[in-house]
Amino acid sequence: MTDVTPSAHPYANPVFGAARGFFWIAAPFVLIALAWQIASLFFPPFLFPSLIDVFARVFQILTTWSQFSSVLATALRILAGLAGAFSIGVILGLLIANFRVADRLLTPTLTFFQGIPALSWVVFAIIWFHGVEFRILFIMIMTTLPAFTFQVVGALRGMNKDLLEMVMSFRPTRPKYFTAMVLPAVLPEILTAWKVNLGNASRVVVVAELVGSSGGVGYELLQQQQLFDMAGALAWTLQLVFFVLLFQWILSLVERVAFRYRAISERS
Amino acid sequence: MTERHSQPAATARDEAAPEIQFRNVSKRFGTLTAVDHLNLEIGKGELVALLGKTGCGKSTMFNMIAGLMEPTEGAVTVMGRVPFREFDWFRGKMAIVFQNDRLLPWRTAVRNVELGLEMLGISAGERRARALRWLETLGLKGHENDYPYALSGGMRQRVSIARAFATDAELLLCDEPFSALDEMTSARLRTEFARLVRDTGKTAVFITHSINEAFDIGDRIVVLKRPAEIAHDIQITPDTPDHERERIRAVIHHSLSA
Repeated sequence: MTDVTPSAHPYANPVFGAARGFFWIAAPFVLIALAWQIASLFFPPFLFPSLIDVFARVFQILTTWSQFSSVLATALRILAGLAGAFSIGVILGLLIANFRVADRLLTPTLTFFQGIPALSWVVFAIIWFHGVEFRILFIMIMTTLPAFTFQVVGALRGMNKDLLEMVMSFRPTRPKYFTAMVLPAVLPEILTAWKVNLGNASRVVVVAELVGSSGGVGYELLQQQQLFDMAGALAWTLQLVFFVLLFQWILSLVERVAFRYRAISERS
Repeated sequence: MTERHSQPAATARDEAAPEIQFRNVSKRFGTLTAVDHLNLEIGKGELVALLGKTGCGKSTMFNMIAGLMEPTEGAVTVMGRVPFREFDWFRGKMAIVFQNDRLLPWRTAVRNVELGLEMLGISAGERRARALRWLETLGLKGHENDYPYALSGGMRQRVSIARAFATDAELLLCDEPFSALDEMTSARLRTEFARLVRDTGKTAVFITHSINEAFDIGDRIVVLKRPAEIAHDIQITPDTPDHERERIRAVIHHSLSA
């Protein structure tokens, strides 16, 4: 008799499953690194430096406070910009979703803003303002505000009408209505908006720092460009990528806890 | 068959005053008349089944009682007040069981039952105790911490009934709450529901398009023709003999088929 149990299948082994999962996460990065390392054998270091040199620079940035503080400054600028844009976006989104006049005035304006390139906002900020930090904050807010606002409006308008009516049938006060219905209903889209805008913000902040700052990852990238130091440019870029990945991971953790009520199809 | 005739209402609220009153009420949506010069009174403690075909204006009447719609003509009063204009006054006095369960997916069963109690500002401990009691009453002990996705259709609807009863509202409005369930579950739930309403002495308006459901639930059956006008207003008592029930059933069937 052949005894076939589910645990006999190699894929059912949790250790094997975890290793397999890790392999598929790492595989694309290993391939890119391998391709780069092979290229470094055939090209000069200012075009394709060895990954050993790149990671030595990464380590140096992480362990030297004067350099690491630049990474922190950029990270804080991203978070401050996103927080500012989100706060204003929530207010504008509520106005648009609740008042027709606000919708008619603000929606075309924000759509118009969305068409303005980030670099144009950099130029406007340099002409209009003096303070470096304020310039960067302004650029960050103006480039991410339309997306945040439209995502908030979409979330508010997309709320389930049956559930709204059910909650209203209990005659809630405005604060109760907000905490029991609105906030949990819009949270998934708000978190998605943060994830999407985080990527946008990390690109914009570098442009802003490249042109109008004396510190931060963008400024350091400009220095590497002037020195033709590809290893340095890659190392500074990786700092930003690490930050984005770290923050995305934190957002995913929040999602996992906040949306544990969602059914998961076994087939998926 | 005992036919009732709704009388024009008294204006002052007293014990004898009707709990719900429609006075010459019409509701129009553009050129469509959903409710046409309707007069109806429902007394305190009555369990009334509003029976009619789809599109006869039952849900419009329901929405006017709930204060979600205003009549185009006439007046709807509940407990002597106008529900549309005095919306907040009815907090805790009226609870609704909808056609579908409408559970908040981000809340567990017990937290869904607590929803109405939160709106009333009841303390967390008292809320939890009441919610657990109602879940147990409705046979959901052991499922308190399940999210709606993990519950069957019947269980979800029972949670929504528990949610309505937990607030201890004087008036219960039910909009075809069992129509989406299979016949066995539906029959069991409506029996439980009718027992709970009678035990708690609440006034309940139960909208349905099923003659069987109306007979199982109602002490009184109001048959509506299209647009919502009263075709029959029938009192059913436990003493109503089976042959009389069958005759009433045939009359209603004929009326709804016309």
